[in-house]
Amino acid sequence: MWRFIGLRTLLAVPVILIVITLTFFLVRAAPGGPFSSEKAVSPQVKAALEAQYRLDQPLFQQYLSYLGDLAHGDLGPTFRYPGRTVNELIIQGLPVTAELGLYALLIAVLFGVLAGVLAALKPNSAQDYVPMSVAMVGICMPSFLLGPLLVLVFGIWLGWLPVSGWGNIPGDKILPSLTLGAMYAAYIARLSRSGMLEVMSQDYLRTARAKGLPESVVIIKHALRGGLLPVVSYLGPAFAGLLSGSFVVETIFQIPGLGRFYVQAAFNRDYTMILGTTVFLATLIVLFNLLSDIAAAWLNPRLRFQFRKAQP
Amino acid sequence: MGLTGVKLKGLVLVLLGGLLLTSCGGSQQSQVAAGNLQGVFHMGNGTEPQGLDPHIVTGLPEHHIIQALFEGLVTKNPTTLEIEPAVAESWDISADGRLYTFHLRHDARWSNGDPLTAEDFRWSWQRALTPALGSLYNYMYFGIVNAEAFGTGQITDFSQVGVKVLDDYTLQVELKEPTPYFLQILDHYSTFPVHRATLEAFGSASSRLSQWARAGNLVSNGPFVLSEWQVNSHIRVEKSPYYWDADKVKLNAIVYYPTENLTTEERMFRDGQLHFTNSVPLEKIPTYLKEQPELIEIAPYLGTYYYMINTTRPPFDDARVRRALAMAVDRKLLVETVLQGIVEPAYAIVPPGTLGYDPPKLFSYDPEQARELLAAAGYPEGQGFPAFDILYNTQESHQKIAVAIQQMWRQNLGIDVGLVNQEWQVYLDSQENMNYDISRRGWIGDYVDPNSFLDMFLTGGGNNKTGFSNPRYDQIILQDAPKVQDRDQRYALFREAETLLIDNMPIIPLYTYQSSHLKQPSVKGMPTNIMDYYNWKYVYLDAQE
Repeated sequence: MWRFIGLRTLLAVPVILIVITLTFFLVRAAPGGPFSSEKAVSPQVKAALEAQYRLDQPLFQQYLSYLGDLAHGDLGPTFRYPGRTVNELIIQGLPVTAELGLYALLIAVLFGVLAGVLAALKPNSAQDYVPMSVAMVGICMPSFLLGPLLVLVFGIWLGWLPVSGWGNIPGDKILPSLTLGAMYAAYIARLSRSGMLEVMSQDYLRTARAKGLPESVVIIKHALRGGLLPVVSYLGPAFAGLLSGSFVVETIFQIPGLGRFYVQAAFNRDYTMILGTTVFLATLIVLFNLLSDIAAAWLNPRLRFQFRKAQP
Repeated sequence: MGLTGVKLKGLVLVLLGGLLLTSCGGSQQSQVAAGNLQGVFHMGNGTEPQGLDPHIVTGLPEHHIIQALFEGLVTKNPTTLEIEPAVAESWDISADGRLYTFHLRHDARWSNGDPLTAEDFRWSWQRALTPALGSLYNYMYFGIVNAEAFGTGQITDFSQVGVKVLDDYTLQVELKEPTPYFLQILDHYSTFPVHRATLEAFGSASSRLSQWARAGNLVSNGPFVLSEWQVNSHIRVEKSPYYWDADKVKLNAIVYYPTENLTTEERMFRDGQLHFTNSVPLEKIPTYLKEQPELIEIAPYLGTYYYMINTTRPPFDDARVRRALAMAVDRKLLVETVLQGIVEPAYAIVPPGTLGYDPPKLFSYDPEQARELLAAAGYPEGQGFPAFDILYNTQESHQKIAVAIQQMWRQNLGIDVGLVNQEWQVYLDSQENMNYDISRRGWIGDYVDPNSFLDMFLTGGGNNKTGFSNPRYDQIILQDAPKVQDRDQRYALFREAETLLIDNMPIIPLYTYQSSHLKQPSVKGMPTNIMDYYNWKYVYLDAQE
């Protein structure tokens, strides 16, 4: 097992290195630059700005010094926000995005599993069709439509919840969490329905019923365990997706999370910020995949054997 | 069910319960209503400011905050835009208009209680001009003797620059030419003073990496002090007890929100989270005008939307072709349909009403004459006209305008034009390298004077990028106009220059910008003006409304 973990961790390093290198040179290839503006910038001013951020050095040398700084955990200063560092902005944005992602995931699991299980209990009935149709709509509806719709109903018409913000006004966390969670809830509903359907036809459930157990115990204690396995293995990638993909929701609801920095950095050609957020998120995704691989290997010994040395 | 199951269920309940509890505040007072009572002004401010160092930043969101935190030698009246005393109590101007002597008030203080003196200004201006800082607005100082030489590194001794401290409260400035808009520039944040001791405590004064301009560090001299700054969430400034005119300041605090998304901002306003919005989504303007006209404010703005023409590329090197294109655009129709009728058609580059300046109107919508001009240039009925493109940065409104103009040129001139949209930075790059045929552009004046628009089109000017070059034009802008002190005489010169420009038509003016805001009825002391300028010490909230 340790050998497996060690090998997978070693494999993750070149992946991240490739991400860094590609991003570094790709953003430099894009037209424009961090100091382009609609107003003309005189050559002297431009030279001074480039000197301040070491952009006057040869590109390869910049790359090497970036790697050097990175090795010390320093992602450099941002070009867009003088006086701030990339580290600092990531540290500020991450807890917000993580909290939003966590609530969204919670909502997704709660509603998704409930709908999926209900549907699986009476397949091809109204109890199946209604939640599954709702789930289908949920998957299809983009968050930039769902968000404003929820705001319109609960914020403007009913006046129950604030229309924007994060942690400033009581209740302002509900609508963004719902919006972000909805799509994942729909996906989880479908996963848990198919997982449950497969389990429901297994022999051991017939045995459980034959023992005379009440139906609720059969479902909760026996069926759910097996039926929800696909959902469990989906949670890791889902959370990584929530962390890196909350930009739209953050924009709609004025949330000071990581996603906004990530996208704004690209528009601003804020080289260090693009690199910093990309490297950070890539590392996070690699890490989550690693964890889910380890979990899978722990559940399934056959995978582990592939990494064991051949016995003499 | 096992113990872990119970635990998990409990955790879920606690988390969800927390989420719900925070929401059930019941009949909560809106932010605006609470703000009216406490004197706290909530404002949508466009984007997250780059920073708050007046010598580094360049945008409008930054301007709105810096205007509350700092103050220059003079300020502007929000209604008339005429200059009013600020840190300088009074000033004398020599007969030739080149020597300004400012008398600073003795009670001006920094937000830490330090007195504000003439030396603070001298040091701040030297810092702003230091080449290593790379201030994008350093040209604002270039009217001062030797400022340009210092700013571009030709001289390194600041004592040669025309800024002299006569005593603690007297500052003398010597200009190259009488530059009648010089006082306007002194209300631009690039000439505001910064606190030397604070800057030096946080490292090199000319480093952009310095953290002096952050909440907790920043020392300023304006009506408000920085109290909170949560990136991408909000910035809060509180009334400063040390401000010399604190009695006049009625607001207790201003909270700025980076409202990047216009529709979100409009929803925040409707929900009572904002007193004032940075802008209004174009498609919502007719509804507001019809149903709640008391909440919306639209005013002419010191900016022009135009197409620039690459006059170095045939067939656009022929002025007749350029004039034909300009005359074949029905601006009234464009404004009334695509732009919802809220802007004014433009026929010149300087917006009308720039402190009494009236731009010349040298042409009008005339498809007949446009066709004749095009035929004279060798393209009767548009035959044989080479293919070309309109370039614009990717945005729906620019696209709509381009489509309308494409249609007008096809109908009126019989020529086909392609549309090319590029992402902002790519578009800037294309303009910079003159890699375009015709390109959308907008220009907002830095100060209220025709010069702020007309000096763009100097030969080889960094913002020209059309290839336009006219010796007489250069002479008026660089030599003649700066020497004249009389406003009427100057404006006559500017009109002559603008006539040269428009006759040559390296640009196609389309419309004059408008500022649009949503504003709660409780907001007072924020009149509309052509600069969309707010003077925070005039603003107050009337809880009765």
